[in-house]
Amino acid sequence: MKLDNIYQEEKKSNFAKVSEIIITMASRPSGFIGLSILIFHVVLAFISPYIAPYDFKAINPTLMLQAPSAEYWFGTDDLGRDVFTRTILGGRTALTITFFGSLIALLWGGLLGIFCGLVGGKTDDVVMRIVDAFLSIPWILAMLLIVSLLGTSTEVLIPALGFFYGKGIVRVARAATHDVIAKDFIVSARARGHSNFSIIWNEIIPNVRDSILVEGAMRWSWMLLGFSSLSFLGFGVSPPTPDWGLMISNARGLMSFAYWSVIAPIVGLSSLIIGINLTADAFAKALGIDRSTKAPV
Amino acid sequence: MTEIIQKVKNLSIGFKSKKGEEILILRNITTNVKKGETVGIVGESGSGKSTLALAMMGYVKHGLYTIGGECEFNSSNLLKMKNRDLEKIRGRKIAMIPQNAGQALTPNLKIGYQIDEALQLHSDLKEEEREQKISELLNKVRLPSPETIALRYPHELSGGQQQRVAVAMALAGTPDLLLLDEPTTGLDVTTQAHVLELLNFIAKDTGTSMVYVSHDLGAIAQVSDRIIVMYSGEIVLEGPSRDILKKPIHPYTYGLLKSIPKLSLAGLPQSMPGSQPQPGTMHRGCSFFDRCNFSEEKCKNNSPQLEYLEELNTSVRCFNYKSLMNDNQVNQTVNKIKTSLQDKEILNLSEVSISYARQKLLDQVLNRISDDNPTVKDININIKKGETIALVGESGSGKSTILKSIAGLLRTKGGIIKFDQDRNLSSDLKERDPNDLRIIQLIFQNPDESLNPNHTVEEIIAQPLKLYFGLKGEELKKNIIDLLQKVRLGEFYMSRYPRQLSGGEKQRVAVARAFAAKPDIILCDEVTSALDVSVQAAVLNLLQQLKEDFGTTYIFVSHDLAVVRAISDRVAVLYQGRLCEVGPSKDVYQFPSHPYTEVLLGAVLEPDPDIKPKLVAEDIVEEKPPQKGCSFQGRCSRILGDICKNEVPPWQITNSGNSIRCHIPLKELQKDQIN
Ligand SMILES: Nc1ncnc2c1ncn2[C@@H]1O[C@H](COP(=O)(O)OP(=O)(O)OP(=O)(O)O)[C@@H](O)[C@H]1O
Ligand code: SF4
Ligand code: SF4
Ligand SMILES: [Mg+2]
Repeated sequence: MKLDNIYQEEKKSNFAKVSEIIITMASRPSGFIGLSILIFHVVLAFISPYIAPYDFKAINPTLMLQAPSAEYWFGTDDLGRDVFTRTILGGRTALTITFFGSLIALLWGGLLGIFCGLVGGKTDDVVMRIVDAFLSIPWILAMLLIVSLLGTSTEVLIPALGFFYGKGIVRVARAATHDVIAKDFIVSARARGHSNFSIIWNEIIPNVRDSILVEGAMRWSWMLLGFSSLSFLGFGVSPPTPDWGLMISNARGLMSFAYWSVIAPIVGLSSLIIGINLTADAFAKALGIDRSTKAPV
Repeated sequence: MTEIIQKVKNLSIGFKSKKGEEILILRNITTNVKKGETVGIVGESGSGKSTLALAMMGYVKHGLYTIGGECEFNSSNLLKMKNRDLEKIRGRKIAMIPQNAGQALTPNLKIGYQIDEALQLHSDLKEEEREQKISELLNKVRLPSPETIALRYPHELSGGQQQRVAVAMALAGTPDLLLLDEPTTGLDVTTQAHVLELLNFIAKDTGTSMVYVSHDLGAIAQVSDRIIVMYSGEIVLEGPSRDILKKPIHPYTYGLLKSIPKLSLAGLPQSMPGSQPQPGTMHRGCSFFDRCNFSEEKCKNNSPQLEYLEELNTSVRCFNYKSLMNDNQVNQTVNKIKTSLQDKEILNLSEVSISYARQKLLDQVLNRISDDNPTVKDININIKKGETIALVGESGSGKSTILKSIAGLLRTKGGIIKFDQDRNLSSDLKERDPNDLRIIQLIFQNPDESLNPNHTVEEIIAQPLKLYFGLKGEELKKNIIDLLQKVRLGEFYMSRYPRQLSGGEKQRVAVARAFAAKPDIILCDEVTSALDVSVQAAVLNLLQQLKEDFGTTYIFVSHDLAVVRAISDRVAVLYQGRLCEVGPSKDVYQFPSHPYTEVLLGAVLEPDPDIKPKLVAEDIVEEKPPQKGCSFQGRCSRILGDICKNEVPPWQITNSGNSIRCHIPLKELQKDQIN
């Protein structure tokens, strides 16, 4: 017997639905912590250009590697730039690039996955083979290739990241579509003669949306790590743009005597990854999706 | 007095709602099970019958908790017992057989091994003795050649055989009490009859007490000595099986029995209005008040107590039971159906065959299907406008396959499907004209699956209206409200989601959606088999009413011969995708009939302890239709020999217009059947 639909609700507006989901997420300690961290980072990313105390690229040889002080809260780096300024601005770069990257991943991965799940048969086989072939290339090598050919501008990074992180979403979207496709309401829509587009839009998307969104949120945190690794290797955004990966890689040699220049970006990066991860988990739970059964990593 | 082995005292089980209220699933249940007795617990879904059965083995489902009362087994309260002690009882003293016993078997372990495991766990037998015991158990559940069965894997057995293995495993610990939760639901009629007969045998042979939980009064009637009828978490009637079924003195049981279609009566049974209240929505007064035909003012605000009537050995929870004490009508009245049959042919299937075989490359290129032994073959049926024709047969007989081809969801391999004498429907969906899609609509078995959970009722019904008639705005809304009214649902249902509807309401929405297309033909695939009986009658009545109003033709697929009898003008019996018998329903249900029809008719379970099923053929399952000869040769108890194996039998037509496909001459068919 179903115990959870005893109280009958009426149809809710989208706004009411979204706020209900957020409230459910925040009612769990882990969800609350995740959401708070994420919101903190997002807000900081928005306001950082206005609150940054110094110019992020102002080099000042006289101020090299200063320890944290009242003036330079997180100290300065090897070129005498303010670490605090660079840390709060670095989050901005990482968040923007990976957010749009994830959107692209969601879009192409979701749509292709749904399409494959719907048409099935040969087309599905062929497309999935190709996707698998791409999956088997170490993504970091492929990224390096792309970046060295096309440069490291944002216009290159966003679609490239979006492409590589979308493969996993294809699988999830396809699996979710397979689950609904056998249901009689799809058979019924087919028998009525609805077009494939109408079936995808009206019948499938509302039923697979949640799992795809959750998967997208998870991919976001992985993409963040991936993006920072690229920067760390020197293939992400180019200096002097403030970026956590770059900052860590620049300062790692100085760690023994100027720990501050590396601690701040590390804390920034890891807290954001943890924040997104916890949020995505809480999101999945609020939507009633059991992630353990889905999403092959 | 016989010894009581399980005593349930004032048991209440419930859960906390999101708002923190305590909601009761079981309310103050007191009953007991005696040694050697079979107790049937019957009730519709959500009445708490499974919760009660599980509590009898000391198990309370996750999320529920015991509010009060006890379940005493061997004078200790199971609900208070530690898990370690319970483990010693479960499987040994009390065993359980769940609904999908076949799925509960481990797929990659041999049957013998699994029974051996059960024996190790639940008995003290030594290794040599166990081997002996395994074949003894398999013998007891009457599986053919136990030695070979023990070496098989579960998937190599049929559903009925798997169920037998489950019974064998449950008997491994020689339990005193066997709990069975819907053990035959989902099995074919013939298989079900065999399994029930086996359970009866085991009850007699071993003296084990059984608690048999089911929504199906027909099955309960065959096995129980005593029946408990549950309604929204309470016992409303309890007494000797025969009295309860023949002279039910509680209005709910009375209505329930009246709403079951019977083989002996053509016509629709009377339906019971409304549906069971959800737990937590109960008001003061009798919980059956909203649906009761015998209610009085008093029932509205006072809850009747369970009253024990010494002279009948029956307990009843009703103020008014006396008014039912002299009623003998329970097995009689039905609403005669009006036939709206016209003389015009609307759909013609000729020589239709359908194959699921994978196409080879060459065939794909040539765009043909080659399969010399297709799933469905030689289907010739002529359907008249306004007719209700039923396709019956066991699972896998190709009923749904034929519907899918008519709807265009599956390409036919050969033959012609013609609509209205001139429109060819042999092509599949993509090649059909949109109007040809509109004229044929489908209603499915399980409304949970056929309604998109993310659409409101309004959106669901709007789909065909928008697609076929391009309706918008106010006009669309007006049409939706109209349709809802036709299926007896109020306007306020428009904003509901399927999960906020009961099973019967969902099926009504599905019916409304089908009628929204203004179709000529509606294909109904087991449309009532997922519904409770009291709701089933209402949906059948609704379908009949709509048909009379709109002159629609129904092709009605069902495995339930009594339901088919109630609603159809004509019946086609299928075995392994081949027709066995086609004729007016009143004649198909009389002799002479095809040997397979006889098997099906014999297996029907009536809610009457005096009508026992006749088990004519074995309940084996065949994987593929035979290459040549009669499709039923593998199971026919009257097989004539080589002729049946080699030659497709001819159609023979009886005086009343019934066509039977068998090598046995009509006269002889009849002779043996009447005896
Ligand atoms: N998609 C499929 N691929 C291959 N074989 C199939 C497929 N669907 C059904 N079959 C087979 O075709 C035969 C007829 O199946 P069908 O679903 O038409 O039976 P049915 O009479 O509707 O049974 P039920 O009462 O269980 O619904 C069965 O042997 C079944 O195993
Ligand atoms: S108590 Fe009243 S309402 Fe309840 S079943 Fe009896 S007659 Fe009907
Ligand atoms: S033709 Fe032969 S095998 Fe077939 S039903 Fe008749 S007697 Fe049985
Ligand atoms: Mg079917």
